[in-house]
Order: sequence, then structure tokens, then C-alpha cells
Amino acid sequence: MTKSSPFRHAWILVLIVAVLAPMLVSSYNLNLLGRFLSMAILAVGIVLIWGEAGILTLGQGVFFGLGGYSIAMYLKLSTLPEGSLPDFMEWSGVMALPWFWWPFKSGLLALLAIILVPAVFAGIFAWAMFRRRIAGVYFALITQAVALTFATLLTSQQSTTGGYNGLTGFTEAFGMPLGTDQANRTLYWITLAVLVAVFAGSKWLMATRYGTLLRATRDGENRVRFLGYNTTPYKVVAFMLAAVFASLGGALFTLHAGVVSPAFVGVVPSIEMIVWVAVGGRKSLWGAVAGALIVNFAKDIISSALPEAWLYVLGLIFILVVTYLPNGLAGLVEDLLAKSRRPAAPEGALVEEGK
Amino acid sequence: MLDGALLAGQVFNGFSVASLFVLAALGLALSFGLMRVINMAHGEMLMLGGYLAYLTYLIVPGPLAILVAMPVAFLGAALLGGILEITVIRKLSARPLDTLLATWGVSLILQQGARSIFGPIGVGVTAPDWLNTGFTLAGVYFPSTRIFILAVAVIVLVALGLLIARTRLGLLVRAVNQDRMMAAASGINVRRVDLAVFCLGTGIAGLAGVVLSLLGPVTPSVGQSYIIPAFLVVVMGGLGSMVGTTIAAIILGLVSALSQIFVDVSMSQVLMLLAVILFLQFRPQGVIATRSRALED
Repeated sequence: MTKSSPFRHAWILVLIVAVLAPMLVSSYNLNLLGRFLSMAILAVGIVLIWGEAGILTLGQGVFFGLGGYSIAMYLKLSTLPEGSLPDFMEWSGVMALPWFWWPFKSGLLALLAIILVPAVFAGIFAWAMFRRRIAGVYFALITQAVALTFATLLTSQQSTTGGYNGLTGFTEAFGMPLGTDQANRTLYWITLAVLVAVFAGSKWLMATRYGTLLRATRDGENRVRFLGYNTTPYKVVAFMLAAVFASLGGALFTLHAGVVSPAFVGVVPSIEMIVWVAVGGRKSLWGAVAGALIVNFAKDIISSALPEAWLYVLGLIFILVVTYLPNGLAGLVEDLLAKSRRPAAPEGALVEEGK
Repeated sequence: MLDGALLAGQVFNGFSVASLFVLAALGLALSFGLMRVINMAHGEMLMLGGYLAYLTYLIVPGPLAILVAMPVAFLGAALLGGILEITVIRKLSARPLDTLLATWGVSLILQQGARSIFGPIGVGVTAPDWLNTGFTLAGVYFPSTRIFILAVAVIVLVALGLLIARTRLGLLVRAVNQDRMMAAASGINVRRVDLAVFCLGTGIAGLAGVVLSLLGPVTPSVGQSYIIPAFLVVVMGGLGSMVGTTIAAIILGLVSALSQIFVDVSMSQVLMLLAVILFLQFRPQGVIATRSRALED
């Protein structure tokens, strides 16, 4: 992971451009950028769990949804007149607010829920799995089943979750009217700030002893065990962090998009999240952020021009990247940089341990 | 509320659901046991089988069309499986998680392909008259489609069991399953065994697709609704064991059908998932564990 000198400070330039973006692009594009940066927060979490810990999870949509629904429930309740219920509940004939809606009357509790609910759920689930050493393909398939179950549950409980249409029609958040240019800009900067914090925090964490042990667990879990470590807590913490990042991303995305629905949390969106990181580079934080932006902008452009073509393109990208570019664009860029610096010296390629 | 006839009916439904799970999961389990890879496009082999059944009905109408459709779907899905194995899976053989992802890309393309060719709505296959009957026994109605599905599952299981236990191909499969390196060293073309098993597995999925078409319309996403329970069956069955897969399918089929006496379909899905997670707490290696002193498999 050496960096070449000409690009060492490129991130400062990128950050300046990102901060000034509201002045540079149209409000439509700013909204898109805000959504995609929210997704990039989730992508950083996937780097931790998939790139660094080597655990493939196909259920990040669940945590994205937990964050999204937490904020959406608060937004629904905060603008309601005293004593009335959200519109879709009244249509379905629900008489009293369901118990799991109660905490979301308070903005503070809703914000806490965005962090705590996914952390607790991810913690219990991951502990149950990793304690019994369920890993690899098994773990991936179970997380996928969780995503399916969560989406089905949300869709079927129409009267208390908004069902297929999800929750939408938000007018203000924490006293700030939504939809104005001012609000969009503020929201964008908040999203950017969260992304920078999550990015910097992950970078720091991966440089600590914890990061080293996580990578060691990925490359040879039994060897780490023989050295006397219990690997379970390391993996559980990585899964929890990824879940919290996904939830933060989901909450911010919901604010930008003005809607959250089962369409964002199910099996297909969950795998699409993996696609962003696969394209960008599963072992690179900036690669994951770039991947989230590139894939989503491509999706926006292609699916508005040729709606039929997008799924073909997505499928093909996935096959090609996974087969020929396992470290994604970031891996490609790093290879090219390494080559341009030392054209003759062969890189001491590490042999990947076949598992 | 809980009378005997209802209970018996749901147990029968449970076995009928289980037979679908078995048919959908067997191919997955076979290639998972042999190659440690999961083919995410397996559900689309079910879909392909369904569409091939639909096409066969168009060409050869009549009461026995379904009997023609089954070998057609088997061969069609096996052929597509062979192409998939050679072009994608073989290249990724040492990276099981990446195989899972790449085959998901394939699944997406196949689904969209079906959408382009047959339209998003789905096509109907009408069951022949001899399958549109049923009989009542002790107050429980047994529709003949369900009995047919059960029979197909049993026949496939027996045939596969005989194939593995009695034929030369089965011998090779068992050898590669036990020790891939040793099998290769003694002159077995392990790549070809992989290919044969993979084709066989996708062929069975094609067959399952024909059976599914009796129950509802064939849509581009029909495979998706059966494949995730099938994945759970494989996880619960334990390293691609046929017996384990069958037992896991029966357990999950019964959990699904019996829980639907008390809760709705979506809650029964939650219970099924919880059942798997709970089961793995006690037997993380699945129903049938392969005895091995190897640290990592």
C-alpha cells in the first residue's frame, strides 16, 4: 500500500472540490451527489468487513434500511399534529401508534437509534454466527436470507411500515424545512462531513493493532487462533462497524432522497452495494468511495437513457471485475503507479493463500 | 382451531414444499460439495426449465407434453450449466466467494434476458387434465399436482443415489469428493468430473423448473423466490451431502408449512430463518457432518 509522491496530496484537492461542490454543480446533480456520498459511507463499511476482514456479507441493505426507517419514522411523526397518526396508518385503519414507533417521537432517540439499533442487531447476529465459526459462503448466504426476510417483512406489514411504498412525504427535519436549496446544501455538507469522519476513522483503525489482527484473521484465521487470540470479537466488531456505517448512510440517503422503501433494502440492492466496492476495490477505502460514485452515476445515466440495458451492464461489470480485476479500479491504479515508478524491478508478488 | 385434518394437510403441504426445496437445492449441494462453490444463477436454471416447459407445450400440445418437457428442460439447463462452468466458474475455482459474486452477475443477465424475450409478466403453463384432479382421504384433500411433485422428487433422489453409488461416474465423484488431489494424482480428470456434476446439478434444477410451472406462472424472477430457501437448505444440510440436503429440506418445508397455521407467510419466512440460525448454533457443520481431522476444509 505504498503511495507515489505526486499523488500523495491529491486528497486535499479532492476534498476542496467536494466542499465547494454546491457552488459548482446544479441542484439536481448536487442531490445525486449527496445520495451517492451517503452510499459511499456504507461502502467504507464494506471495505472493513469484506476487504479487511474477508467476510462477504450480502445483507448490508438491512442496516441501510434500519438507518433509513429510523430517520423516516421520526420525520413522519415530528410534523404530525398532536394525537393523529401517519397518513398510511389511518388509511389502513390502525387506531394507535405501534409500540416500535414510540421512541421515534423524539429526534434525539431517533438519532441514537440510527447507531444503536444496527449495532445491537449486528452484534447479536454476528456473535451467534462467528462464535460457531460460520464463515465464507455459509455466512454470505445467511446474510442474504436476512436481507430477503427483512424486505418481505417490511412489505407485508403494510399498516405499520408503509409496505411496498415505504415512508415518504417528509416536509421538515429537526425544524429545518426540506427541499429548499439551503437545506440541500446543508444536508450535502453534513453528508460529506460524516463520510470524511467515517473514512478517516476507518483509516486510523486499520492502521492500529486491531486492523493488523483483522487482516491476519482474514489471511489465516487458524494461525491467529494458534497465537492465542480469540478471533470472534475482532470479526464481530468489524461487522458492527460496517452495520453502523450502512445505517448512517441509509439515514442520510433517506434525507436526500425523501423516501425509504423495501426497494432499498432487499436482496438485489444489498448485492449492488457489493458491486460498488468490487468495482472500486475491496481493499481500498478511496476505491470504495470512488466505486460507489462511479457505479451510481453510471446507473443514473444508463438507466435513464436505456432502462433495459442497465441490468445487462451491471451483470457484465460484475462478472468482468470479479474475474479479471479482483482488487477493482484501486488495484488497477496502484499496479499502474507501481509499474511507472519502477519499470524494471518485478514486484514481490505475495502468493494469495488458497482457502 | 387445530384439528387433525388441518394438521395432516399442512404436514402433507410441508412435504410437498420440501420436495420443491430438494429439487432446487440438490444441484447446488452437489457442486458445493465437490467444488465448494455456490452458483447464484442456479435459480435461473429453474426459470429456464419453466420457460422450456412453456415452449414445449407450444410445440407438442397434449396430455403428455409434461413428460416431453422434463427431458427437454433437463438437457437445456444442463447445457447452459456446462457453458457457465467452462466460461466463468472454472476461471474462479480457487475463490469461492468471487464465484458467488460472478454467478450473481450471470443470474442478473439471464433474468433480464428472459424479461426481454418473454416479457416481464410471465407465461402460464396449464397442467394436463390428469394432473388437475385430486382425492380426499380422511378429510384431507390431496391435489394430484402436489403428489406428482413429491413423486418427481423421490424419483430424482433415488436415481441420483443410484448414480452416485453404482456407476463409474458416481465412483469418480466420490473419489474427487473425498480427496481432490489424490484423485487427480491417480489419473482422474477432476475438471471433467466437476463439469459433469455441475451439468447434472443444473439439469435437475431445469427439471424442478418444469415442476414449478405446474404451480404458478413462469416469470423472469420465478427462480429468485425458491433459490434463497434452497440456499438455506444447503447451508443447513452440511457440505453438499445428499442425505443432509434431503433432511434439511424436510425440516424447513415442515417449519414453513406448519408455522403457516399460526402466522402469515412473511412471518413464517422469519421463523424459517430463525430455525436455521438456531440449528447452526447446535450443529454449525450441518445435519450431516463430514468426519475429518483436517483443520480447514
